[in-house]
Amino acid sequence: MTNEVLQTAAQTLPHVSGYVYPNEQNVVWSVLIVLYPYITGLVAGAFILASLVRVFRVTSLEPAYRLCLLTSLAFLLGAPLPLLFHLGHPERCYEAMMTPHMTSPMAMFGFVYAWYLMVVLLLELWFDYRRDFVKWGRVTPGWKGWMYRIFTLGVTDLSEKALHFDHQASKVITVIGIPSAILLHGYVGFIFGSIKANPLWGNVLMPIIFILSAIVSGVALCLFMYMVLCWIRRQPVDMACLDSMARALFAALLVAAAVEGLDWFHRIYEAEESIAILKQLAVGKLFNTLIITQAILGALLPLLLLGFTLLSLTSFFRHRFAHELFPVVRRRIYFLSSVLVLIGVLAMRWNVVIGGQLFSKSLRGFTTYMMELGGHEGWGMAVVLLIFPFVLLAVFIRLFLPEKPPAGGAPTEQSRPAEAAA
Amino acid sequence: MKQTKTNRREALKKLAGLAGAVAVAPKTTGAEEALRRYLFKNGVGEDYDPFDHKWLMVIDIERCIGCGMCVRACKAENEVPRDPLHFRTWVEQYTIKKADVATGRIEGETIVRSPNGGYDGFPPPEVPEEEILRSFFVPKLCNLCHHSPCSQVCPVGATFDTPDGAVLVDYEYCMGCGFCVQACPYGCRYMHPERHTADKCTLCYHRITRGLKPACVEVCPTQARIFGDLKHLGPDDPLRTFIETKKAQSLKPHLGTEPRVLYAGLDKEVR
Repeated sequence: MTNEVLQTAAQTLPHVSGYVYPNEQNVVWSVLIVLYPYITGLVAGAFILASLVRVFRVTSLEPAYRLCLLTSLAFLLGAPLPLLFHLGHPERCYEAMMTPHMTSPMAMFGFVYAWYLMVVLLLELWFDYRRDFVKWGRVTPGWKGWMYRIFTLGVTDLSEKALHFDHQASKVITVIGIPSAILLHGYVGFIFGSIKANPLWGNVLMPIIFILSAIVSGVALCLFMYMVLCWIRRQPVDMACLDSMARALFAALLVAAAVEGLDWFHRIYEAEESIAILKQLAVGKLFNTLIITQAILGALLPLLLLGFTLLSLTSFFRHRFAHELFPVVRRRIYFLSSVLVLIGVLAMRWNVVIGGQLFSKSLRGFTTYMMELGGHEGWGMAVVLLIFPFVLLAVFIRLFLPEKPPAGGAPTEQSRPAEAAA
Repeated sequence: MKQTKTNRREALKKLAGLAGAVAVAPKTTGAEEALRRYLFKNGVGEDYDPFDHKWLMVIDIERCIGCGMCVRACKAENEVPRDPLHFRTWVEQYTIKKADVATGRIEGETIVRSPNGGYDGFPPPEVPEEEILRSFFVPKLCNLCHHSPCSQVCPVGATFDTPDGAVLVDYEYCMGCGFCVQACPYGCRYMHPERHTADKCTLCYHRITRGLKPACVEVCPTQARIFGDLKHLGPDDPLRTFIETKKAQSLKPHLGTEPRVLYAGLDKEVR
């Protein structure tokens, strides 16, 4: 241990500027805690996009509905891993649920997570998929068939009445799911927003900023995944669906950027004791991740790109220029925007989590964050934990969103546009 | 034989009662339970009643000479890692420069330093003497907040406030999430690199519960740190004299944590 600590000290101390409380020189919350709110945000955002179909009847999004839900599930299953790996004693993690300390927002994690997974996402998926599971279970041989049959949970009634009930239940769960998704991510924002010791975090807007950025990132991820999936399967993209997702992305991004802009405007205008160090942080240690990546590349550029593209779809533009932007151009712009937004929101999480620990609570100096390559909190682990939900999603897509549905089964939502195009 | 049967029956009854109680009663996470567990684990004698004491630490800044004895004593007494990144107590040196007359300011730049937490004392000031307006040392430690944010945020209640005024960590219960480290406004907590749990000043709880003073107070050559029991203040107690004669302040009062470590002669530059 001593060597490890001394090595950290030798690396960190030369990069400490001004005065930092001695215990603050070592950054406690690592890149894994950056990933946790990022992944949870993707879960909440993807679910909210899916809810547009069921609750708000945005039927153009129907082709991506199941993909959104599966994305949400894959990332939800990956969300606790960074937290777990970060704990000094992961074997004691169950204590947070067995003996929760009720004044701690972190103690709510287990309950919010369990509620969201069990009551919202799995139930919603089950009601949505039951009919297909029954049909696929009948015609699919081998372990897959067994799996589909097990997933029906023995409920094989496919009468009109039963299917109607499934549909209604799914709708009700989505209605419960929207506030749950907001709760899931709002509480993550509250973990930071409730820390009055830290002037960057302790802010009433923090849960709202987290929820909005979660929606932004979730929509961007679904858009990204939908395009990638169509590309891999060589299927034509449903442009109406894509345009709808782009509209949702643009609207969410606009609101998120406005609220976050308001936060900074408010801080700068009020100019409290901490503003000097926060300004130095923003234009110094966080310049690349905050100003360049989050604000310019992750928000401003996608807003301009999407704004212009969506403008071309309006009747005014069409009338003026006789044509909207060609689908191929729109697709590229949407794809680029979604990637930029995903990177921008990751940068936002970094800026909050790491940025909040780079300046001293004495408001007199900065420390530095040295990220190692290996180790249980290094680059390698971060990349693995970020890729893990994508791997899960790939498995889910293979099993539950097959390109060609098992004979006799209903075509999946994903394959419908392809058939229509054919 | 009869006796045995009765005993067995009673034992079974007790066992059933215990099982029922365990099944029905919610697990206590309150401070009292945590404290009882902690006292038991740390072998604090049964004759110590935490409800019969209220400990207070006050610091007279003008007496501190920055010798670092308290930092060394604390590290030795409490198995605090001997590296420059982990401290239960440390000493800060403030050097406030004279203002340039042309600027019209009251005072110049404030330079704060705490090389190795003051463990080795302080080298001569880097600012030429004629440029110094004033300079002083400030010992820091857990502020023993009445409304401790660190206890509030602990997800499992491993850190808790004791009735006698300390804030402790149960190392066998802490899961090492680091939330308390983030929540402490005074930078008094750290993650112990060997235990992988949070760690902080305990007021030398193993000492004060046996009638001794905390190590830092014991070794302070100038009595800059004064420690005492508000519930048992003698007429000549230095703590009583301090409270009756000095105007004292706490750190970051605007945060509403109501620290119970008070400072006499606190400068506005100290955070």
